[in-house]
Amino acid sequence: MTVSILLFLPIVAAVITALLKNGIAKHAALFFSVAQLVIALIFLSKFVPDASTQFVIDVPWISSFGIYFSAGIDGISMILVLLTTVLVPLIILTTYQHQYKNEGAFYGLILFMQAGMLVVFTALDGFLFYVGWEAALIPIYFICALWGGENRIRITIKFFIYTFAGSLFMLVGIIYLYLQSPDKTFDIHNFYKMTLDVKHQSWIFWAFFLAFAIKMPLFPFHTWQPDTYTEAPSGGTMMLSGIMLKMGIYGAIRWMIPNAPLGFYHFQALAMILGVIGVVYASIIAFKQKDGKRLVAYSSIAHVGLIAAGIFAWNIAGVQGAMIQMLNHGINVVGMFFIWDIISRRLNTREIDQLGGIAKVAPKFAIGFLIILLGTVGLPLTNGFIGEFLLLKGVFDFSVLHYVNLVLAAVAGLTIIFGAVYMLRLYKNVMQGETNPLTATFADVSGTEKLTLCIICALVIVLGIYPQPILHISEAAVTQLVNQIGSKFTM
Amino acid sequence: MNTIIIISVLPIVLLYLGLYKAQKALLPVTVIGLLAALGFAICQWTSKDTAEPLYTGMLLFNNFSVVFSSVTIISTILILLLSKGYFERISRHTAEYYAIILFSLTGIIVMVSFNNLVMLFIGIEIMSVSLYILAGIKKSDFASNEAALKYFLMGAFSTGFLLFGMALLYGSSGSFNIDTIREYVINHPHIDPMFYTGIALIIVGLCFKVGAAPFHFWTPDVYEGAPTLITAFMSTVVKTAGFAAFLRLFSACFQPLSDFWTPIILVITIITLFIGNITALYQQSFKRMLAFSSISHAGYLLFAIVSLGAASGNSVFVYATAYSIASIIAFGGLILVQQQGGSDNFESFNGLGKKNPFLAFVLTVAMLSLAGIPLTAGFIGKFFMFSGAVSRYHIGLVIIAVINAIISIFYYFRVIIAMYFRTDERAELTVPVYYKVVFALSALATILIGVYPDLIARFI
Repeated sequence: MTVSILLFLPIVAAVITALLKNGIAKHAALFFSVAQLVIALIFLSKFVPDASTQFVIDVPWISSFGIYFSAGIDGISMILVLLTTVLVPLIILTTYQHQYKNEGAFYGLILFMQAGMLVVFTALDGFLFYVGWEAALIPIYFICALWGGENRIRITIKFFIYTFAGSLFMLVGIIYLYLQSPDKTFDIHNFYKMTLDVKHQSWIFWAFFLAFAIKMPLFPFHTWQPDTYTEAPSGGTMMLSGIMLKMGIYGAIRWMIPNAPLGFYHFQALAMILGVIGVVYASIIAFKQKDGKRLVAYSSIAHVGLIAAGIFAWNIAGVQGAMIQMLNHGINVVGMFFIWDIISRRLNTREIDQLGGIAKVAPKFAIGFLIILLGTVGLPLTNGFIGEFLLLKGVFDFSVLHYVNLVLAAVAGLTIIFGAVYMLRLYKNVMQGETNPLTATFADVSGTEKLTLCIICALVIVLGIYPQPILHISEAAVTQLVNQIGSKFTM
Repeated sequence: MNTIIIISVLPIVLLYLGLYKAQKALLPVTVIGLLAALGFAICQWTSKDTAEPLYTGMLLFNNFSVVFSSVTIISTILILLLSKGYFERISRHTAEYYAIILFSLTGIIVMVSFNNLVMLFIGIEIMSVSLYILAGIKKSDFASNEAALKYFLMGAFSTGFLLFGMALLYGSSGSFNIDTIREYVINHPHIDPMFYTGIALIIVGLCFKVGAAPFHFWTPDVYEGAPTLITAFMSTVVKTAGFAAFLRLFSACFQPLSDFWTPIILVITIITLFIGNITALYQQSFKRMLAFSSISHAGYLLFAIVSLGAASGNSVFVYATAYSIASIIAFGGLILVQQQGGSDNFESFNGLGKKNPFLAFVLTVAMLSLAGIPLTAGFIGKFFMFSGAVSRYHIGLVIIAVINAIISIFYYFRVIIAMYFRTDERAELTVPVYYKVVFALSALATILIGVYPDLIARFI
């Protein structure tokens, strides 16, 4: 059994779904995505959590360039495969209340995007990785531009050009690595073995860094993100924030740092500082936001900044923290955007000032919101806690520069306080207090909404109380990768 | 060799058919004839590439020629299929269109299989003279006449450069034969300055023919003035042939002297990329945008010459194929929109996604391919070109190309944005069956090559 079934099923599903009529398409999409989840769980049950790559497929693809269709799952990929396959059905469920025009195309694009992202998360060949990377971008562009808000045309083209620019530089980096590799292939293991000098590695590092920093997004490459998240339809926003930004983080772990360890080592402190600046900067801006969806978008930049700082520390705690935080951030951010989707669908507004007192009229909704919010804030016993804890420990353990680690960890630690401040304030303004004429009519959640909220809340709590199984999946792979690459830093 | 014979006899047959008023038979006879020529061409393909020169060393029909003849013949067939009903609108004498296009194709086949500079010149002239007529074939149309005159004057001028360059090469090496010139270059440590001058003049002549800056000035006006179908022919088949000849000459003769001409071509490439892309950005007319974008594609194709090597032939072949089929879709879509009420502005594509989902979809595939987005053939072409350039350490050039690829997104996506995201009251376009077949085949080929380039990438 190879990973190919996981990569090709969504493509087939996308084509079938795209041809279906309104009304049937969403059920078909849900069915296919649940089937994907079941397949992923079968893989998980057969997965041996050691450092090896499993379920490998490796067939020649473009022979004249030494390109192979080569993919497999190790511990690091497994987490992201789980993330993708869990979130896509959830996201499809959250859109059940929407009546999209031309539904088949919408869900077809979502499934196609899933295929692209799964390729990114499992690719072992640089060319395949790049193709998956772009294959995920095209559908989300169309999703945002076709079903988005008023300013969508201008904003989505900015988003597209921004990310496309970054990835083209990455392509040049990949081609350069390929031409330097001894046996002229795009095989990642060959790339890992190469020892280029610091100058070349620095160039490669920046080529990859641009692509990944834009995708995450990292300060100062984040300017496309709040607009795009706000204008995109809720399903698209969830795909972007829940899964797609993890392509950038995963890329940094798998492709950027191991392929250019010396280049990375050279700029490690700078990269970490950018991550930490992002945390503080985005938190402060989030604090001032009036639009709820935009607030969540900025809070996502803050969280990603911390994850990036943890990775750039490049120690086991930091990277493990990033692994579990990617999963948990995905769940939480989808939850948060779902909350705002519910509110804006009922009341036609996302202005925080116009809301208030919703908890009185919609207690179930209030409980769901609170649980997801606490997960986002990172309260102990919710899923956000363990990741942030490990990430901060990772930053703290970063011992290349004396005292810098203390400062960085302290500043990055502000994320927890800042996050608590703006999130709890948000909750107070939206949910508590007296109802006004607008919010008095708010109907409590029911049906698929209730089901979706229940699933998300259950995940928040279960993963918060017992994260060990998830940590265990990636532990061996992360340990091996971190040690193998870390040993090159001292050269 | 049968290919050239068939393609040169075919137009005469067509002229006779026209004489006897057999208008209905024109297209079928042309297509069948071209398919036969294609079949003969493909039969010449050998896995070891052991073709011998023919006609006392004048022509060499090797794999390179087979591959480029095939792609030009196939593109011509696709364009002629689109011409069903098109020429009849312009004039009553439809036979002459078919005949002149095929005469031009004869020149092209000679251009891709020459083994002697004289044959190269004759090929280019057969092609060009036919094109001068084709550009001005709307006899009563002012723009068409202007296009023909401009094209003829500039073309004749550049032919002068080409011929002068060839004469200088002959003067220093003593032969027009490619093999002899190559031996001269290899065996003489001190090459005559006259020879270098010859190379420079030939570069000027060929750059004119392929529409590379700064010799591109004729392109936009000629492309705009000529009938759209002829523009499609010029920007796909003719451009492919031009690059094939360019590459064949340089890889056969001038490779050892690359220190001399690489800087020249490098500068030309960079100027071409920027001029093509930036000017395309400001166009309001779809047709003019395609004209300028074809200049920028000439820039990408020049990558193969800059990084001349064993893989260059393949790169040009894949890139030119991808570019040709995508352009055929684009021009086909333009013809439909123009014919049925619209102008050739971007606005006339507004709302097409709702009314004609199929047409909008294939146009989107074409635009994505031209922009070089993965899973389309255009990306594979760009990938081959970039790889070639990086392998010769032209990193700066590749970065400039990347910037240009980003610029090009703006104008290619304008079409997609107009079709899907802008709404307009419009009637549904009727897409004739021939168009549907051509569009479907081209879009399918674009995606297939994009997903599995080994289909075509191992023939040279």
